[in-house]
Amino acid sequence: MLLLVPFVAYLDPAWYDRMEPRVLGFPFFYAYQLGWIALTSILIGVVLFLGRLRR
Amino acid sequence: MTHAVRNEVFAGLVAFVSLIGFFAARWGSGNLRHLDEWALGGRRFGTIVSWFLIGGDVYTAYTFIAVPALVYGAGALGFYAVPYAAIAYPFAFVILSRFWNVARARGYVTSADFVRERFGSRSLEMAIAATGVLASLPYIALQVVGMKAVLVHLGGAFAVSNGELALTIAFVLLAAYTFTSGLRAPAAIAFVKDTLIYATVVAAIVIIPAKLGGWGHVFDAAGAALAARAKPASILLAPDQQIAYATMAFGSSLALFVYPHSITSVLAAKSRAVVQRNMALLPIYSVMLGFLALLGYCAVAAGISTKDTSSIIPLLLDRYFPPWLSGVALAAIVIGALVPAAIMAIGSANLIANNIFRGFDSGRAHGDAHLSKLLTLSMSAFALCFVIFVPTAYAINFQLLGGIWMVQVLPAFALGLYTRAFNPAALFAGWLAAMTASTAMAVATAAGGHGISPNMTFVFFGQPVTAFIALYGLAINLAVCSVLSPVFALLRLGKGTDATTAADYA
Repeated sequence: MLLLVPFVAYLDPAWYDRMEPRVLGFPFFYAYQLGWIALTSILIGVVLFLGRLRR
Repeated sequence: MTHAVRNEVFAGLVAFVSLIGFFAARWGSGNLRHLDEWALGGRRFGTIVSWFLIGGDVYTAYTFIAVPALVYGAGALGFYAVPYAAIAYPFAFVILSRFWNVARARGYVTSADFVRERFGSRSLEMAIAATGVLASLPYIALQVVGMKAVLVHLGGAFAVSNGELALTIAFVLLAAYTFTSGLRAPAAIAFVKDTLIYATVVAAIVIIPAKLGGWGHVFDAAGAALAARAKPASILLAPDQQIAYATMAFGSSLALFVYPHSITSVLAAKSRAVVQRNMALLPIYSVMLGFLALLGYCAVAAGISTKDTSSIIPLLLDRYFPPWLSGVALAAIVIGALVPAAIMAIGSANLIANNIFRGFDSGRAHGDAHLSKLLTLSMSAFALCFVIFVPTAYAINFQLLGGIWMVQVLPAFALGLYTRAFNPAALFAGWLAAMTASTAMAVATAAGGHGISPNMTFVFFGQPVTAFIALYGLAINLAVCSVLSPVFALLRLGKGTDATTAADYA
C-alpha cells in the first residue's frame, strides 16, 4: 500500500505545476518532483524494513 | 591546445575501459560457454555490482544527451523523465522481485521464457520476444547516435567522415569484448562509467549554475528566454499539457523495467534481496538525472543557441569546464553509451536465440551461449549500420515506438506473474490489437511531417484529452483480453498448460 503513495503524489501535475513557494531558488514544480524521488526511495526502504520485521 | 588536452584525456579513458572489458572475462570463475555465465554473469552479482550495472544500463548515454536537450527545447514538458524515473521503482520492486523468484527457480534468461512456461503458448512467447527485440534495436542505435554527437563535437581524428570511423572502431571493440566476456564486461565497465558520470554531474551542477548566478537566476533567465522564443515554451506546464505529462511519466515507467536489457541486468542479481535493495537505492540515479535535465535550462540561460539540440551538453561542458574535466565528461558519455549498448545486444540476442529460434534449432543444447554470442555481434553490426545509413530522425521515431510497444507486453508478463485468468490466445489477440492500434496512432501523429509524437488528442465527452499513446494501447489490450478470455474459455480454445507452480514464485 505504501508503494502506491508515489503514484498518487505524481498523479496530477495540476497540484504541483506552480512557481511558488520557491525552495533554494528552485520553482515548486521542480523542488516537489525532485523531493519525491527521495521520498519514493525512503518508502521502498520502509517497505523492505517492515517486510524483514515481519519475518 | 586546450582541445588537445581534452581529447587526450578522452582517448585515454575510452582505451582504458576497453581493456577492462576484455579482462572482465577473468572476473570470477565461470565457464563462459554456458548461457547463465556469459549472459547473466553467473547470476552472482551482489548489491553494489548490481546497482552499478542496472543504473549504468537504465540511465543511458542517450538519456544524458536527450533529456537536457528536451528540456532545452520544450521546457517543463521535458522534465517528465523525473516522475517517470521515480515511479518506475515501486512498480519494479513489486513485479521484478516476483519475476526474479520464478526466473531463478526455473532458470529463465528472458521474460519470454517465463511467458512460454506460464501460458504454454508458442505464439505468445514469440510475440513477447519480437516486441523486445524490435524495441531494443532502435535503442541500441540511439546509443550510437549519442556517441556520434560527442565524437563529432571532439573534432580532429574523432570526427573523420562524420565520426563514423571512430564509431566503427568503438563498436568493433564493444562487440569483441561483449562476445568474449558477456555481461561481465558491461558490469565491470559500469563501475568506471558511473564514477565518471557522478563526478561530472556533481561538478556540473556546482560549477555551471554558480557561473550563471545561482539556480534561482538560471530558472528566471531560462523562463524569460523560453517565453521570448518564436515558438514559446515555459518552465511550467500549460494546463492542456498536464495529462500528457502525467501519462507519459506513468506509461514510460511501466515500460522501463520490462525492456530486455533491464530484465537481463536484474536477473544477474544473486538474490531477491539484492533486487529489492536496489529498487530502494537506484532512485539516486534519478536525482542525478533530474539535475542533468535542469542543465538544459542552464544552456538556455547561458544563451547557448544551436539547431542541433543534442550538442547542448557538450557545448555547455566546453564553455564552463577546464579542458581535462571536459575530456572526462565527454568520455563518460561515450562509455555511458557502451554499457547499455552491450547489455541491450545481449538481452535481445537471448530473446532471438532462446525464444524465436528455439523451434527451428532442436539440436542445440539447452543453456549453450554460442548462438547468443554470435547474435550479439549481429545486433551491434545492425545498430551501427542503422545509424550510418538511416537518418537519425528515424532512430528517434523507432525508439519512441519501441517504448509504446514495450508497454503492450505487460498483460502477459506482469499480470501473468499474478494470475492466469487471461486466456493465452486472448492475450495474444490483445497484444496484436494494441500493437496495431498504437502503431497506427503513432504513424498518424507523424502525418504533419514533424516525426512521431508520443501523444495523441482524443475527444472524450466533449473534452479534448492529449495523452500518451502507450496507455491508449494498453487500454485496448486489456479490453480485448478481458472480452476474449471468457469467450475462448467457453470454446475451450488455446488454454495451454502452466509449467510453473505456486512455490516457484515465493
